[in-house]
Amino acid sequence: MEEIRQILAGLDWSPLFISIKTGIAATIVSFFLGIWAARKVLKAKTGLRAVLDGILTLPLVLPPTVAGFFLLLIFSTRRTVGSYLYTTFDIKIVQSWAGCVIAATVIAFPLMYRNARAAFEQMDVNLIYAAQTLGMPEWKIFWRVIMPAAGPGVASGTILAFARALGEYGATSMLAGNIPGKTATISQRIAMVIQDGDYQTAGVWVGIVILIAFGIVVLMNLAFGKGMKHTKQW
Amino acid sequence: MVELEIKKQYGKFRLDVAFKSEKKRIGILGASGCGKSLTLKSIAGIERPEKGRIVIDGVTLFDAGKNIFLKPQKRKVGYLFQNYALFPNMTVEQNIGIGFTGNKEDKQKIVEQLIHHFQLDGLEKLYPSKLSGGQQQRTALARIMAYEPDVILLDEPFSALDAYLRERMLTELMEMLSDYEGTVIMVSHSRDEIYSFSEDVLVIEDGHGICLGSVKEVFNAPRYKTAARLTGCKNIADVCRMDAQTVYVKDWDVQLTFKERTVPENVKAIGIRAHDLIPVYGTISGAMLKVKEWKSVDYPFERKYFIQCESGCEDFCWFVQREVSATLEEKGMPDALAFPEEKVLFLEG
Repeated sequence: MEEIRQILAGLDWSPLFISIKTGIAATIVSFFLGIWAARKVLKAKTGLRAVLDGILTLPLVLPPTVAGFFLLLIFSTRRTVGSYLYTTFDIKIVQSWAGCVIAATVIAFPLMYRNARAAFEQMDVNLIYAAQTLGMPEWKIFWRVIMPAAGPGVASGTILAFARALGEYGATSMLAGNIPGKTATISQRIAMVIQDGDYQTAGVWVGIVILIAFGIVVLMNLAFGKGMKHTKQW
Repeated sequence: MVELEIKKQYGKFRLDVAFKSEKKRIGILGASGCGKSLTLKSIAGIERPEKGRIVIDGVTLFDAGKNIFLKPQKRKVGYLFQNYALFPNMTVEQNIGIGFTGNKEDKQKIVEQLIHHFQLDGLEKLYPSKLSGGQQQRTALARIMAYEPDVILLDEPFSALDAYLRERMLTELMEMLSDYEGTVIMVSHSRDEIYSFSEDVLVIEDGHGICLGSVKEVFNAPRYKTAARLTGCKNIADVCRMDAQTVYVKDWDVQLTFKERTVPENVKAIGIRAHDLIPVYGTISGAMLKVKEWKSVDYPFERKYFIQCESGCEDFCWFVQREVSATLEEKGMPDALAFPEEKVLFLEG
């Protein structure tokens, strides 16, 4: 115990804040992008839908390092997009916190998208038709009818996306690197201290990350659980 | 005044329906999957037909030629869904008030009035999952009424209810709609519901409008085989017209002679309702169907006989009221069934 206390006292807490900041930012982006993509894909024709769905799901099934590879291809300052962003807007994605967010978003996005899509597919379309014939404008239908009905699915997508973004390692380490105080997330810190043979510090970080992830999942379940009280139990 | 003419191809299924009616209560009768609901959805703007036009009380909702297609939100058409489609995340009063556009005080007043009118007092704060089928339907109707639509569409409104409730709800619905001045169109596969509810009826089969007319007209003289079948005529057979007085029914091997009526030239088939046959004992003469064998099924108020006749036809239906079937048991099965001349339906095919 004394050792753990010592480690905690001398711990550099920056990875915690970087991870949480990254997780929240990536979740917000994937939340809106995922819902938007789910709507678009469902509106597409069958063939196009299959292809789009495949592309959007790829980051989920491929190793994160593959995503990292493509992200580097795009954002490396020696490539067109990366150098354009850097020279014109002075935005650097590689080796930066923005890189962390982009990497985590790409990896977490499919979870949000797939859950939102499944929730929308199970919608009773008559609810939407009823809303339309009652003169409700489309935005109102979306927020008052579709989102509440799709709520549980969207919520679980959000939770999973956040958990995934929080722990992202592979793509992040390739795109954003492991710069202490800037892009070093908890998972990168764990990998680093383990390489140094410092299992005790690694263990402390593992404990922290488990606590956070578990706490947030339980909290969100409780919060969204209220909205689910009308769903039948079986 | 409803003027409708719509065409659309759905894979192999072709929807091609047209009708015009000045009545306020219109029924659409057809088997399931015949395109009734698609017709309603086209009126509501949920479906977009490829061709045709829909004009209700002078307002053009859809005109393919002029490229007019009003969104459902702009149509002032209330739609009562089969499953009522109440919003599960809203209470009864929130559901009713959702379509009302106006200030808060007015909304509250209207909602309160409707809750009272539709006998939903005390249920205001409940969620739809806690309501009975009848209460859900009344809530859905109240929600439509709050929106003040020009037209109300009822899509198989009773199919989700059990037989007992169905009849009670039909009278209830007709009562609730009695002071509604707009047009109401009801779609159903039940001839009883359509007969009780509507003034004009349109019969649809396989995507095509078969016939349109007042309910009495269509049920008394359906004109077409499919219409006859949908209005409940059980015995239909193709005929050969011999002359203005006689037809020959091949399937039943019977020649029917009409003294009071003339056989129309375009007759292709005849129908006789299962309740209209008359039992005959002893000597068989003239136009009668000779009974060979029969099966019977008992119903609470009637007995249904399924008859095989000597000419070989099977499943000829004869329905008899309870009291009559009791005397039949004493006398035994009749030797033949006679066709009362005035009850025979001439059908065009």
